[in-house]
Amino acid sequence: MSKIIETNLINNVVVIKTEGYLNNDLGEEIEKITKKYIETGNKVFLINLKDSKIVNSIGASILIEIIEQLQDIDGELVLCELAPIIEKTFKIMGLTKYCSVYGTQDEAIKGLA
Amino acid sequence: MSKVPTVELKLPILKNMELVATQTSEVVSKHMDLSEEQSDEISMALIEACINAFEHSETKNEIYIHFMISDNELTIKVIDKGKGFDASKIKIPEIENKINTKERKRGWGLMLIKELMDSVDFESDHTGTTLTMVKKKTNNE
Repeated sequence: MSKIIETNLINNVVVIKTEGYLNNDLGEEIEKITKKYIETGNKVFLINLKDSKIVNSIGASILIEIIEQLQDIDGELVLCELAPIIEKTFKIMGLTKYCSVYGTQDEAIKGLA
Repeated sequence: MSKVPTVELKLPILKNMELVATQTSEVVSKHMDLSEEQSDEISMALIEACINAFEHSETKNEIYIHFMISDNELTIKVIDKGKGFDASKIKIPEIENKINTKERKRGWGLMLIKELMDSVDFESDHTGTTLTMVKKKTNNE
């Protein structure tokens, strides 16, 4: 139902592309991948949510945990291609105060360069 | 007095069943000619209401959702037969208090529902909780 469909390293940015419902399960998958890449020295992560049109607050809470982990290593979490309702939800929660949001993946990669 | 057209759902406590509720709300929103933005807000609020009912009520039984359709608004009731909750103990979450602290990261559901819907009300006691939320129909340009 929901999964990570792609993980790439582009210009030192770990790009994680998801598909489906951003719930507890997908949030934990993202966290697992993030931890793996942090262990190998990566600090900047971009989550592309183009194919995740729906979220719940548990999935969003896991992103807060990832932001915390990245703050500990002076890293950064960036999001792109959010459906309007997901962006609105993240804004209400205040999550967007702690991570930048870009319209497209290319814009995000350029912005992080 | 004419009867309010109502769609009723009974959901078992199974993983991701909240998505069944959102599929129904999408059909109802379309029927009422609500905007896509409103439909998405209803779906998001419904997801959170279902998760609250599934998790916090600790009920082992089904939850019930009623979509009551009127000309001007959609009223949704999410009903569980769980242990109820004390509204006075609910804190409004703030990310500043959650990030880099030991406070649990969760607890956003009711706040999101209140922000996304036009009105929210609940009745709760030891026999269960009924959350009532309303989305008013606005004129589509």
